[in-house]
Amino acid sequence: MANRSVGQVLFGPIIDNNPIALQILGICSALAVTTSLNVSLVMCVAVTMVTAFSNAAVSAIRDYIPSSIRIIVQMVVIASLVIVVDQILQAFFYDISKQLSVFVGLIITNCIVMGRAEGFAMKNGIGISFLDGIGNGIGYSAVLIVVAFFRELFGAGSLFGVTIFELDRNGGWYNPNGLMLLPPSAFFIIGFLIWGLRSLKPEQIEET
Amino acid sequence: MATRNRDSLSNTLVVSIVLCVVCSLAVSAAAVALRPYQEANEVVDRQRNILDASGLAQGEFGLPASELTVAQINELYERVEERLVDLQTGQYVTDMDVATYNPQAAAKDAELSVPTNDPQYTIGRNRRERIARVFLVMNPKTGGISQVVLPVYGRGLWSTLYGYLAIRRDLETVQGLTFYEHGETPGLGGEVDNPRWKAQWTGVKLYDDQGQQALGVARGPAPADSQYLVDGLSGATITSNGVTHLVRYWVGPDGYQTYLQQLKAELQASQGESNGKP
Repeated sequence: MANRSVGQVLFGPIIDNNPIALQILGICSALAVTTSLNVSLVMCVAVTMVTAFSNAAVSAIRDYIPSSIRIIVQMVVIASLVIVVDQILQAFFYDISKQLSVFVGLIITNCIVMGRAEGFAMKNGIGISFLDGIGNGIGYSAVLIVVAFFRELFGAGSLFGVTIFELDRNGGWYNPNGLMLLPPSAFFIIGFLIWGLRSLKPEQIEET
Repeated sequence: MATRNRDSLSNTLVVSIVLCVVCSLAVSAAAVALRPYQEANEVVDRQRNILDASGLAQGEFGLPASELTVAQINELYERVEERLVDLQTGQYVTDMDVATYNPQAAAKDAELSVPTNDPQYTIGRNRRERIARVFLVMNPKTGGISQVVLPVYGRGLWSTLYGYLAIRRDLETVQGLTFYEHGETPGLGGEVDNPRWKAQWTGVKLYDDQGQQALGVARGPAPADSQYLVDGLSGATITSNGVTHLVRYWVGPDGYQTYLQQLKAELQASQGESNGKP
């Protein structure tokens, strides 16, 4: 466990050990922010940064954390980082921070961040924990971007806000699928993703 | 080594205190250092939205205000004057600082707000601010008022919609309506941001022949001969109704109607004077 290679730590979470698809963590924000690619991308960067730095910080003080209050300590570290990220977004990416609104704050409750701090950073060195945070952030981002791609394309006929299918309400031909813009559609897309992934990699199927 | 006694009571206390101090320092440093940037963003954002509602950005540069640079916004915003209005009397309030007045905070302050019980149209709130900030768009050639931009808000499906309603100099015709903050469903109620839908508001009349507020959102397509209605948003009945309620509330007697009537009398008086000397 402690001797995993950098490559494994960094890229393993994308397919082999994806936090959303295999560990089924962080679903709530995957439903909430994936209506458009722009917003999802910023959310991905924010979550990756928070996971990486909280892993590094928790790892740095892991020898001092009393086990009786370790969850609270992790929570305080994560919450502080999230507030800092939120402040930076409000200062330099005002439009996007308005669109993300409460979801930036909800990174605090994203199980991936907490899960990596408790599951990895408490037992490993600073550098490798930081990379583990980046890797899990990328794994989370991969799923979010795939979901957002389908939701924005079929729900709004555009990608990154650029029109791909001209909508009928603007005089084009495409009648957008309203369901795609509502959170349940992300459940379907993530479900299909997990199905596809586990068909390719049967070792990911849990035993019943 | 630290691991020896890290579960002791004293170590637990020391770690939690040090951690709290370090984290609170980091959070407050970020908040204080970035505050000026955030405030500047908020001001520019408000100016953008006012320019959007009034159609000035589109008229002068042919672009929506979201694509203008900060310098262009500042230049256009020279034409806008901010005033505070007491909604009950319709008079300007001069003994408060217009730049620092915060209507959203005032709505929560018992002294600065009034109850909104059982109005004809509900905006989903129990109280609203007593004094509103209005924006007068001046005509750079004549120096007179060319438009009045009024802040409006009200409840949609998931959220409160905050926006600006721009009214032409006749004070009976809408120039534009734009919402700068809402949490409606993207693609359904969120279509209040669609430029094509917003364009329909231009030229809509506020009041019918009896002086009742008549503007609003139709259910389905607006009747072709209607001066008062715009098309409904498909799949967003509650948002559409919310928009109707909020525009009717704010141009009605509970909202800005008193102020608008006084301003109209004032404008007509000055019109009469200037007609005397062409």
